[in-house]
Amino acid sequence: MATSDIQVAEHALQHHFADMEQQQETSTFGMWMFLLTEIMFFGGLFCAYLVYRASYYQAFVEGSQKMNIWLGATNTAVLICSSLSMALGVRAAQMGKPKLMAILLLITMVFGFGFLGIKGIEYHEHWVHHEFPGPNFHFETGDPAHPATDPQHTQIYFSLYWAMTGLHAFHMIIGIGLVLWIMIAGLMGAFTPSYFTPVENVGLYWHFVDLVWIYLFPLLYLISKKHGG
Amino acid sequence: MATAVQSVERENYLNSNYGIKSWLLTSDHKRIAMLYLISITAMFWIGGFFAMLIRLELLTPAGDLVSSDTYNKLFTMHGIIMVFFFLIPSVPAVIGNFVIPLMIGAKDLAFPRINLLSWYIYMAGAITAIVAMVTGGVDTGWTFYTPFSTTYSNTHVIGAAIGIFIAGFSSIFTGLNFIVTIHRMRAPGMTWRRLPLFCWSNYAAALIMVLGTPVVAITLLLVALERAFNIGVFNPQLGGDPLLFQHLFWFYSHPAVYIMILPGMGVISEIIACFSRKRVFGYEFVALASIAIAVLGFLVWAHHMFVAGISVYAALVFSLLSYLVAIPSAVKVFNWTATLYKGSIRYETPMLYAFGFIGLFTVGGLTGVFLASLGIDVHVTDTYFVVAHFHYVMVGGMVMAYMAGLHFWWPKISGRMYPEAWAKLSALLVFVGFNTTFFPQFILGYMGSPRRYHAYPPEFQVLNVLSTAGASILAVGYVLPMIYFLWSLRYGELAPPNPWNAVGLEWMTPSPPPTHNFDETPIVTWEAYDYEHQPQEEVSVGH
Amino acid sequence: MHNLQDRFHPGSAQEHFDPMSHVVPIRMYVTIWAALMIFTGLTVFAATVELHVFNIVLALLIATIKGTLVALFFMHLRYSTKLTMVTVIAAIFFLFILFGLSMTDYLTRAWLTNTIH
Repeated sequence: MATSDIQVAEHALQHHFADMEQQQETSTFGMWMFLLTEIMFFGGLFCAYLVYRASYYQAFVEGSQKMNIWLGATNTAVLICSSLSMALGVRAAQMGKPKLMAILLLITMVFGFGFLGIKGIEYHEHWVHHEFPGPNFHFETGDPAHPATDPQHTQIYFSLYWAMTGLHAFHMIIGIGLVLWIMIAGLMGAFTPSYFTPVENVGLYWHFVDLVWIYLFPLLYLISKKHGG
Repeated sequence: MATAVQSVERENYLNSNYGIKSWLLTSDHKRIAMLYLISITAMFWIGGFFAMLIRLELLTPAGDLVSSDTYNKLFTMHGIIMVFFFLIPSVPAVIGNFVIPLMIGAKDLAFPRINLLSWYIYMAGAITAIVAMVTGGVDTGWTFYTPFSTTYSNTHVIGAAIGIFIAGFSSIFTGLNFIVTIHRMRAPGMTWRRLPLFCWSNYAAALIMVLGTPVVAITLLLVALERAFNIGVFNPQLGGDPLLFQHLFWFYSHPAVYIMILPGMGVISEIIACFSRKRVFGYEFVALASIAIAVLGFLVWAHHMFVAGISVYAALVFSLLSYLVAIPSAVKVFNWTATLYKGSIRYETPMLYAFGFIGLFTVGGLTGVFLASLGIDVHVTDTYFVVAHFHYVMVGGMVMAYMAGLHFWWPKISGRMYPEAWAKLSALLVFVGFNTTFFPQFILGYMGSPRRYHAYPPEFQVLNVLSTAGASILAVGYVLPMIYFLWSLRYGELAPPNPWNAVGLEWMTPSPPPTHNFDETPIVTWEAYDYEHQPQEEVSVGH
Repeated sequence: MHNLQDRFHPGSAQEHFDPMSHVVPIRMYVTIWAALMIFTGLTVFAATVELHVFNIVLALLIATIKGTLVALFFMHLRYSTKLTMVTVIAAIFFLFILFGLSMTDYLTRAWLTNTIH
């Protein structure tokens, strides 16, 4: 360990911890506890989804047919790629390569913005087709042979769609802000192989947001066989 | 008085530096606890003020003092403030914040800055809720039942819901901090089996905070969204199910009553052991009962919904599961009484409050068993029986425990003794006043008097007058400690490090403790509540 | 006891504290990434086949495999302490309590009316 490393590590050690090991394990555990609260936070929405999907299956199928499965799949791939660059970024921080870390984090952010852009295109599509819940909501299957069976409950599908993906997108925006913060801090020399806990924790957060999308994609887009799409 | 005049006052957390900035930017858990103490006390008086107005209105059968709309707002705001801004943070955020790091021999909580942040979040939530109340109030009841809250109420529902949403994150961060602290910050030798029961019970409450609060947060957010944008999630006109709101709400709000009572139970375990000079009987069982209550608490929520229209089969399941909570609760009560058996009991003020707690909590808990049984619940739902039941647990249990804890640790917190005679008088007034207020409500409820009405038939007046008279005694019982605690800050006798001759690490450091709690990290080699082997003279670790 | 002592004597603890011990080879990350991409393709393909109720079952199965891979490798759960593992399991456990006990109501609400009519 180089002398400068030790200095950074000593500087980073907060007064109430005995050593870096205790501090590092404590903050990582704290981050996992926070992710536990996040799971429960999304969990309320997933529970609402489960209840209504069980009750109004056909209405949910009709709503999900309006999803653009290709944009959804592309976004899934974009997030998986961003998770790879994030994981490699954490690895670079672990190995004491701040410049490499910055590049990888920049790539992560680009993927993050890409995800939000594609999501924005989808939101726009739904908006112009009146697929936003509320007074202006209007739903047609687009197939005259099969008119909408239960547009009222399809509206609940869209309420949950907007709430769940909206909350997820909000987490993405926070995540991009956090990645930017550790990228700048990393370039300013805040992290060393013996102290990179913030990078690790932001990584955990980023992967968690990815993980939520991994469930949102099939639940919202892939309820049953896609027609046309 | 003032015989132990010290020429040079020792440096402690109160005098280490002065000025408003040193308090508002502190990361010291003890100072943050004091910030909480001040803000929570303020909320207690606001909520208490609403309660007094409610009791005044109910003095006469006619609805003459306030209109029914105002009355709806009064009980709603009383409930919101007392539940979310007083009861939930009271023992954990004030007493827990102060003593948990001391009890486990740590210099601070695991995340001191997050601890400060949670106080600021609490204040932001409290101010948002108060603004919503001042600008017009809320009338949905503290439970925000849909579709009334989302569609029909014309009051400031969104403001109040957002206030609670914000305050929820304060609770989440406090819980997270406690769990991580108790796992990772214990002093050498402070094993789980040596952990004071106050830490165990706060750990259990913290589990509920982190697991439950996020669910109520997202639920209230959905209510606010549904109200603001008229989207349909719970609104039956748009195909939603209002009962889903109740499921999600009570998934948190039933376990939340254990957030309130568990830390109080921890206080009682400490005090009973100290003033009986005995180890808590069945320490392991009392500790595990806390965890059992936290876990079982998540399995019983729909007993709030028996008459709401849920499936009768689900109601059977929830009724059965609700009975199970009685088991760990009874374990605690029996073990406390067994601790008292053949103990050298001293009737100091904290002990008087603790006795009050055991009796009143037992009444509150047993009437809870009535309410868990489907048949009786149908009869007494939404009557004063329910009101009396949860006030016996919340006020008779939780607030008694909070007062007991404040008196017990006040010498440690302030470095001063409170006047014992006045304190005993206040304990007596609280006990008498409380029972006079709420016992008549059991009878009222059993006779069918419904809650949440500002008028009632004349034949119920005697019991209601009794209740209001009791509330006045109770108010005096709460004003007294406020006066003599403030008085003691200046005129109270200086407190020794260990005025009660108690065991536990928090008593081995000076009163008030230094900023870093201990001069050197203690090494624990003894079990909790080791009163049998305690030497006559206390030895202090500090020098 | 010995470990607890160590924790408060940084000098001795420093020797066995090695944050480099969890450096995962790049090849591992890339393999996981590839698996995630393949599963994404698979789930999209599965959505074009009519499997009735099994469409969602299969989709959720694949999502769970993907999620587990992300948690175990990208989030280093595989190399984490037991405490972290317990935290994750607790979250899933209580989430399923929320789902399961809510559904006891929704799945049985129609029973009574069905038996009467």
